[in-house]
Amino acid sequence: MRRLALIAFPYVWLLALFLIPFAIVFKISLSDAAIARPPYLPLLELSEGWDGFKAFLAELDFENYVFLTEDDLYWKAYLSSLKIAFFSTVITLGVGYPIAYGMARAPDEWRPTLLMLIILPFWTSFLIRVYAWKGILSNEGVLNQALLGLGVINEPLTILNTNTAVYIGIVYTYLPFMVLPIYSALEKLDDSLLEAAEDLGCSKIQAFWLVTFPLSRGGVLAGCFLVFIPVIGEFVIPSLLGGSGTLMIGKILFEEFFANRDWPVASAVAVILLLILIVPIVLFQLNQQKQQEAER
Amino acid sequence: MAQSVFAPWEDSQQKPLIEFVNVTKRFGDFTAIDNLSQKIFEREFFALLGPSGCGKTTMMRMLGGFETPTEGKILLAGQDIGNVPPNKRAVNMMFQSYALFPHLSVWENIAFGLKREGQPKDQIAARVDEMLRLTRLEKFARRKPHQISGGQRQRVALARSLAKAPKLLLLDEPLGALDKKLRHETQFELMDIQESTGTTFVIVTHDQEEAMTVASRVAVMDHGKIVQVSTPDVIYEAPNSVYVADFIGDVNLIEGNATKAESGVQITWGENTAPLVSTNSDQALAGKRVVLALRPEKVSISVERPDAPNVLRGKVIDIAYLGNLSTYHVQLETGTMVKAQIANTRRVSRRQITWEDSVWLSFSATAAVVLEGGI
Amino acid sequence: MRRFSWFNATSLTLGFAFLYLPMIILVVYSFNASRLVTVWAGFSTKWYGELFQNKDFLNAAWVTIKVAFFASTFATVLGTMAAYVLVRAGRFPGRTLFSGMIYAPLVMPEVITGLSLLLLFIGIGLDRGIVTVILAHTTFAMCYVSVVVSSRLVSFDQSLEEAALDLGCTPFEAFRLVTLPIIAPAVISGWLLAFTLSLDDLVIASFTTGPGATTLPIKVFSAVRLGVSPEINALSTIMIGIVTFGVITASLISKHTAVKQAREERAAERSA
Repeated sequence: MRRLALIAFPYVWLLALFLIPFAIVFKISLSDAAIARPPYLPLLELSEGWDGFKAFLAELDFENYVFLTEDDLYWKAYLSSLKIAFFSTVITLGVGYPIAYGMARAPDEWRPTLLMLIILPFWTSFLIRVYAWKGILSNEGVLNQALLGLGVINEPLTILNTNTAVYIGIVYTYLPFMVLPIYSALEKLDDSLLEAAEDLGCSKIQAFWLVTFPLSRGGVLAGCFLVFIPVIGEFVIPSLLGGSGTLMIGKILFEEFFANRDWPVASAVAVILLLILIVPIVLFQLNQQKQQEAER
Repeated sequence: MAQSVFAPWEDSQQKPLIEFVNVTKRFGDFTAIDNLSQKIFEREFFALLGPSGCGKTTMMRMLGGFETPTEGKILLAGQDIGNVPPNKRAVNMMFQSYALFPHLSVWENIAFGLKREGQPKDQIAARVDEMLRLTRLEKFARRKPHQISGGQRQRVALARSLAKAPKLLLLDEPLGALDKKLRHETQFELMDIQESTGTTFVIVTHDQEEAMTVASRVAVMDHGKIVQVSTPDVIYEAPNSVYVADFIGDVNLIEGNATKAESGVQITWGENTAPLVSTNSDQALAGKRVVLALRPEKVSISVERPDAPNVLRGKVIDIAYLGNLSTYHVQLETGTMVKAQIANTRRVSRRQITWEDSVWLSFSATAAVVLEGGI
Repeated sequence: MRRFSWFNATSLTLGFAFLYLPMIILVVYSFNASRLVTVWAGFSTKWYGELFQNKDFLNAAWVTIKVAFFASTFATVLGTMAAYVLVRAGRFPGRTLFSGMIYAPLVMPEVITGLSLLLLFIGIGLDRGIVTVILAHTTFAMCYVSVVVSSRLVSFDQSLEEAALDLGCTPFEAFRLVTLPIIAPAVISGWLLAFTLSLDDLVIASFTTGPGATTLPIKVFSAVRLGVSPEINALSTIMIGIVTFGVITASLISKHTAVKQAREERAAERSA
């Protein structure tokens, strides 16, 4: 009995507050917008019984999805989100790998400190870390002043409110997500494997590409997914650092909902976003399972 | 007769393959290798034996190129290799952990070093197949390291390090991870492979039995120095110090003072005890504090007093039955414990001597080795 | 015996400079007497004063702390239960769906989670306010807690529980007397993680909040949307200070415990 209660409590909670809400989103994405409260039709009238339910089903359609394909704003935003997520993942990998490598190869007594330094930003507010760049990247910001002062540029660079600022913000905030899995893969690497590679005729660089990198691949993939997946739906970074030209689907959804109050369309946007995310999420899970099995 | 004995170290005309010349290696304040000179010859199976921290691994890692000597030179075939990086040396190493690349198959592991040399594909394939045959791994070529047994992994590591046909192969505790039975079989395999490939092997081990079995010469190390280098039988029968006698095999050590005898020396020890005689010892030891080292299997045990040059009386405290042998722990009247080892040619039930029996121990005048120093 | 190679030293220096310089700049400018980022007008703590005068911010901070406290506490209870179910309850119908629901929120875009919860609350006619924010935060934070706790439970030697049962404990006693004390560090870090996530959340709170329940991130977001504000710099500095203090203390404590344990083990070895 106790076991049943133990399972049922979190189970029911998640069903009620995670799964059912999705069903509702899906249902509303098939409804029509209406000037009412709540602002969509049809509403399910339980009092009308089975016939009411059939009538309700008949009212649902894919109109909103058709609308999404017709207005190029939406598919452009999806594409642009994917593009930004992809490139920022690549950049984060380029920045994060040397850091993870440096940490894993650091003297033993340094490693706990370095690890703490990489984790510390996790605990600081995401919002604050994004906001910090506003003061740096603006036209009168710290970066432009420094560059002007050094004489590198003659007039301020426009970085804030462009895609460049969005990339910087993403790389900055998601860097620990990339570094940590790579670090934990590299840390497990046995030094004698590298010595063996050198013993068998590799230069240090060859030993890196033939042994170190392939053996850290699981960590690299995990890090890439941990950046790529959440960035697609990112809202805070494009709205604080991006400009009017920055199209990201998380921002569109937010605006569709709060500014336009078009709930059915917002729901349809969310459903499609979810469908896009399923592929990388499944790949990520497979990679994690593979890693766990390899450890056993 | 003479030509069948392999002993290049006795021939002063022989050029050594490896020569350590006054090599010292320090890590900070710690001296791992202390002004050490040693020659190792071609086709030798040379064992570095010692407890952990004695410097044996450092010596091997300097040969592999993973450490550079602080002072002195290491010559390989007459050339100083002190600053040659590991990937440029005709030396390969078999790692204690085997260091097999987990992402590569057995075949790819063995081919790894050959590919770095840029050999043609068919040549690499032929060499890998040859190595697989040599180590009886043909069936496992496509498997990954975690899909084979410990003994098979050990053979992959050996095949990989031999594939490039190095002048010198270094083996760092190669059998340490195997269970006892497999270790014994593998020791003979190693010797066969060493003989058939004609490669010079240097093995590091803390297992004296292993060193004695496989090596043509054994170097016993302590605190960064080589204490004694010799063939296994000499190391065992004629250790040059108490340290070596005690480290190799089981031994009884009796401390006393040496005096000159008709031939050899006499050792006076304990109170109310007859002196022990050793006719094969150097008379120069006379007047010095010495230790008499006596192997248990050279001690006889009997109920009646035997007629022998050295006779001791005591009581059986413990009997360790090892199957083929039994070791009797006998306490002498002075309190000293002496071990005597007897082959069990009869069944145990017929054994004459048992716990608490008073017995006589005896050994010949040439059975012991007398060494200068204390215990 | 390892040392830093010049390559590793350079990449670490640059990497950590990139991570920390923006925050340092933020902290420095919170002490700037001028409202403008452009000018350094001397050292001043006046923005801190203004921050503490600002009733809106103080209210929002209080709401946020209340939400974070309740949400993280509920999330810890639910998440620990969920972890225990995942690791120990064996097979039961719908187990795959259950573990899916635990892991999915970790990678779910916040906009979707927020939107779906809002539509649920409207659908069942629940008035939006502090309660709905707590419910929403509990739901996504419990998944993080259960991941943290279950990773500890997996590495936990099950024979300890079996020993407790063998010595006469009921399953519940075995959990309370043996399992819980051992997984306590994971439960505590799960709580802290949940607390921080709740404190930090903007998107889900924006969807699920109602009048009178504006949280601090919502307040901060609307204040910084259009530009830099020195009060927010001051607020950020305080938050960074608290987190830094907390993380450093925690790591010192864990280091101290590890050193102490190592010393005790060595002493035990010697006396044996």
